[in-house]
Amino acid sequence: MRPVAAPATRLSSRFRPGAATPYLFIAPWMIGFLAFTLGPLLFSLYISFFDWPLVGEPEFSGLKNYTTILTDDADFIRSLKVTLKFAAMFVPANLIVALLLAMLLNQPMFASGFFRAAFYVPSIISGVALVTIWSWLLSHEYGVINYMLSFLGIAQINWLGSPNWAPVSIVLVSLWSVGGTMLIFLAGLKGISKELYEAASLSGVGKIGQFFLITLPLLSPVLLFNLVTTVIAAFQQLTLALLLTKGGPVKSTYMLAMYIYDNAFKYHDMGYAAAMSWLMLLLIIALTVAIFKFSSMWVFYETEVKGEKP
Amino acid sequence: MTEGQSKLRLASKWAALLGVTLLFLFPFYWTLVTAIKAKPELLTWPPVWWPAKPQWGNFAAAWAAQPFGTYLKNSVLVTLLSTIGQLLSSSLVAFGFARFDFPGRNFLFMVLLAAMMIPWDVTMIPLYMEFNWLGWINTLKPLIVPAWFGAPFFIFLLRQFIMSIPRELDEAAKMDGANMFQIYWKIHLPLMLPALVLVGTFQVLAAWNDYLGPLIFLNDESLYTLTLGLARFKTLHDTNLTALAAMTIILCLPPLVLFLTAQRYIMDSSLSSGIKG
Repeated sequence: MRPVAAPATRLSSRFRPGAATPYLFIAPWMIGFLAFTLGPLLFSLYISFFDWPLVGEPEFSGLKNYTTILTDDADFIRSLKVTLKFAAMFVPANLIVALLLAMLLNQPMFASGFFRAAFYVPSIISGVALVTIWSWLLSHEYGVINYMLSFLGIAQINWLGSPNWAPVSIVLVSLWSVGGTMLIFLAGLKGISKELYEAASLSGVGKIGQFFLITLPLLSPVLLFNLVTTVIAAFQQLTLALLLTKGGPVKSTYMLAMYIYDNAFKYHDMGYAAAMSWLMLLLIIALTVAIFKFSSMWVFYETEVKGEKP
Repeated sequence: MTEGQSKLRLASKWAALLGVTLLFLFPFYWTLVTAIKAKPELLTWPPVWWPAKPQWGNFAAAWAAQPFGTYLKNSVLVTLLSTIGQLLSSSLVAFGFARFDFPGRNFLFMVLLAAMMIPWDVTMIPLYMEFNWLGWINTLKPLIVPAWFGAPFFIFLLRQFIMSIPRELDEAAKMDGANMFQIYWKIHLPLMLPALVLVGTFQVLAAWNDYLGPLIFLNDESLYTLTLGLARFKTLHDTNLTALAAMTIILCLPPLVLFLTAQRYIMDSSLSSGIKG
């Protein structure tokens, strides 16, 4: 294309009657994005430099909120540690269970639709219902889970009342609603051609070899997607911590999201809470960028085979 | 592979399938059983697997224990109004992105995709202050109005769907003198029905199940949604297990019914297109 042509067509399209039409169609989202996403995001950054109570006069305080959080707030450091520890359990547990379930479903079998629905259905109910249901199942003295474990000779576990088990309990409950992640894996598995497995089988590669040579590499883009969304979900976990364990016992499930929530809506320290939420956002962005950076080492795109590497 | 080995493999596959199914469905069964037990059957060791005489009256007692009728009305209102808004706005925006070529389109679409990743924890504080400033705190508006401006994930799904509709249909309608809005309204909206069912289902689930939104934006009990009402009931009457279980079932029932009706759309149409798009 000749370089001179480009500005000319742009100019004419700009003055053509009806050139605004596309923007009218996307206007709802653009207005909503400014009013409910970008605006609040920037406003949150702004107030993070203030001592900003919910009621009363805000006072500019520079970087004080940030320096206090990072150097002089034991609760922040503890809740960060709790969150990282939780994420270190939550992310692998969710990914592994979701993948195993998806592989279990990805076989030719009778009533596959029923099984798929059964595995998926817990993920459509409210977090509040998860909490009421699992607080009985995990009950220390009368819980069915402890009862079943007693047959294996395991003494009653204080699932929700011991600082060691409470975070594990939240992970367990979250695994019950792993269905969304599972479906995404399943869609990825269905996209892998059966012929690859047949060829591998003929060359004498066993099931385990097929998993590492075919399934895992071809599923890696989907795995990357699920990894990123699960990491973000781990940092956002709030409902279970608020209701199932109330952050306890001894703050063992007092995660970052809950600490931010308390600072804003219990102590009404909006500027401080906003600064903390920005630190959390930066942490999530850093983790996501790191995951994408390292992904080139293990994520495999099928187009690479054909030499169409972008 | 010998015949014995393949039989063993088949048996272990079915054992795994049935075992996992049991694990996933048992909590539902247990909630139902808890709801219809008599008091002495609740806290026992070993547990009572089925009550001697199912107490169906527990549901009525639970319903009367709190103004659950009011909570239900609020939940229905929020769910209905936010879903209507979400369907109209997301489909309109998706059509704009799919069918127009305009300066800044790709950039704006990238922004839209990026916005999907922003965690709610970061916006909840300024949103609270914004709604406070607007005088919307302690009204249902914060739970309804934003849905009328579309949501990135739904816009993305619907755009993928529209792009699979042949452009010849648009051209034919244009020949007949239809403008772009008429093409969207009369041609694309009906064709989008499967995708709209999917988006509608997701939105209904999100609105109905939401706990943090109501928790932050509502104060008066007369405005509570079912999730908030149940959570508060649990804090106040943690030992009233039958009532808690009965209300949990009522909270879970609409999503379950919706899922069973719309299952076909949830399981098949969307996910592959959403991921591979």
